[in-house]
Amino acid sequence: MADNSRSVAIVGVAESDQIGRVEKSNLQLHAESAYNALEDAGLSLKDVDGLMTAGTSTLTLGEYLGVNPRFTDTTAVGGSSFIIHIAHAMLAIQAGYCETVLVTHGEAGRSARSRSGGNASEPGPQFESPYGYIGAPINYAMAARRYMHQYGEDYTRQGMAEVAVATRKWANLNPKAYFKDVPMSFDEYHDSRWIAWPFHLPDCCLVTDAGGAYVVTTAERARDLPKKPVWVLGAGEGLDHGIISQMPDLTSTWARESGPAAMKMAGVTHDDIDLAMIYDSFTYTVLVTLESLGFCGPGEGPDFVANQRTAPGGDFAMNTSGGGLSYTHSGMYGMFLVLEAVRQLRGETGDRQLDNPKLSLINGTGGSLSSTGTVVLGID
Amino acid sequence: MTTGYNKPIPVPQVESDFYWEKCKEHELWLRYDNDAQQAYFYPRDISPITFSRNTTWIKASGKATLYTYAIVHRAPHPGFVADVPFVTAMVELEEGPIMPTNIVMDDPTPEKLQIGMALEVVFEDITDDISLPKFQPA
Repeated sequence: MADNSRSVAIVGVAESDQIGRVEKSNLQLHAESAYNALEDAGLSLKDVDGLMTAGTSTLTLGEYLGVNPRFTDTTAVGGSSFIIHIAHAMLAIQAGYCETVLVTHGEAGRSARSRSGGNASEPGPQFESPYGYIGAPINYAMAARRYMHQYGEDYTRQGMAEVAVATRKWANLNPKAYFKDVPMSFDEYHDSRWIAWPFHLPDCCLVTDAGGAYVVTTAERARDLPKKPVWVLGAGEGLDHGIISQMPDLTSTWARESGPAAMKMAGVTHDDIDLAMIYDSFTYTVLVTLESLGFCGPGEGPDFVANQRTAPGGDFAMNTSGGGLSYTHSGMYGMFLVLEAVRQLRGETGDRQLDNPKLSLINGTGGSLSSTGTVVLGID
Repeated sequence: MTTGYNKPIPVPQVESDFYWEKCKEHELWLRYDNDAQQAYFYPRDISPITFSRNTTWIKASGKATLYTYAIVHRAPHPGFVADVPFVTAMVELEEGPIMPTNIVMDDPTPEKLQIGMALEVVFEDITDDISLPKFQPA
């Protein structure tokens, strides 16, 4: 296996000018994020020779931004795409295909809440949507219900509540978080309304308008830029189904493959990780992902997060931005996992800053628990 | 046919015309991999189990058990507003495959929905051409 250690770095990260409720087009959110991330990197658009995104054609995006890339990639496997893009950018740069890759995301998830019926010829619209399998909460709730059957309803519920409450505490420390000023107690969690049993409202991510972008470049160029390079140390990706009713095991995601692959490439173990950024589309997503990554065994997720272990001051730092549950979630949230990991490693996160973190593991989930991408990032 | 039906309606494809024709006759048929000797869902000419073309159709018994479910309280689409709370489910057919469906039940609660409970297929005629296979407690 190639030694990827410190061959490419993330050198710029940013959100769009505002996130939350922003009545702007997807493309405007892309462009603002690109502008801000390049500014953060100390680069300009003319330095960019690779362009990547998900959910939008690079024909549209490249033209809108005014960039003529030599390399484009629009891998779109749901919210994990922007984690996977880090690896694809790394491969393109290592191959000498391009030097500086701009990866952008923009999604007015809140203001444009149309629910596309999808392509009628595909299995989901034909075999799932007619029954009301529409939107992620219902699909993920069915997976969580199966987990409850295997490991116990009350035990699972407590784990879900721990994740929701701990993540909210982090959001309360993040000025950009949607729920910055809205604390949540365990009682408030348990008393909240049902969306799709077994999911309460706070088991489900936000739906916001938001953009984000990051810039990946060579080690050589990274060392000349103003911010400390955040090295891409390892990566893994994959998928094992598309629609939820085809998932081989509702209690295990492909993170069981992408996680070990990324950690092996990086030469690190679970104990080395200072910050876990785990896609929290739903509280259940976190439990099943921690298990699949091997931070704990099958069915041990609720024990792993017990007693607010992942909250500020806890001994397992996770989702310090406030996550998709309480910071922002535009639809394909993976981009925002990257922004927080980079900022924590650089020491730029103010009240929620961890004590000198060196390694962060990011795991994105996309589709209906369908795809995952794992990346390990590190700083000198 | 239900008048004013405004939920998503399946659009049969070449590979699934037979499935939907049989549903219209209130029969549930499955694709079967002759090499693996295993049924699978959803219908595909080439088996996803072995990638074999040696496949056929079999008639399912219509018996199933409840594999998992959600009780939907917030309608995900205007067509479901009058139905909440309703049950989306995955059922394990007697022949092996898991299929997505609804459990037909008034006032669903977790207590009434036990994983593993016996179910039987029922058909809802939603248009002149399409009947949806759903399940109810056996």
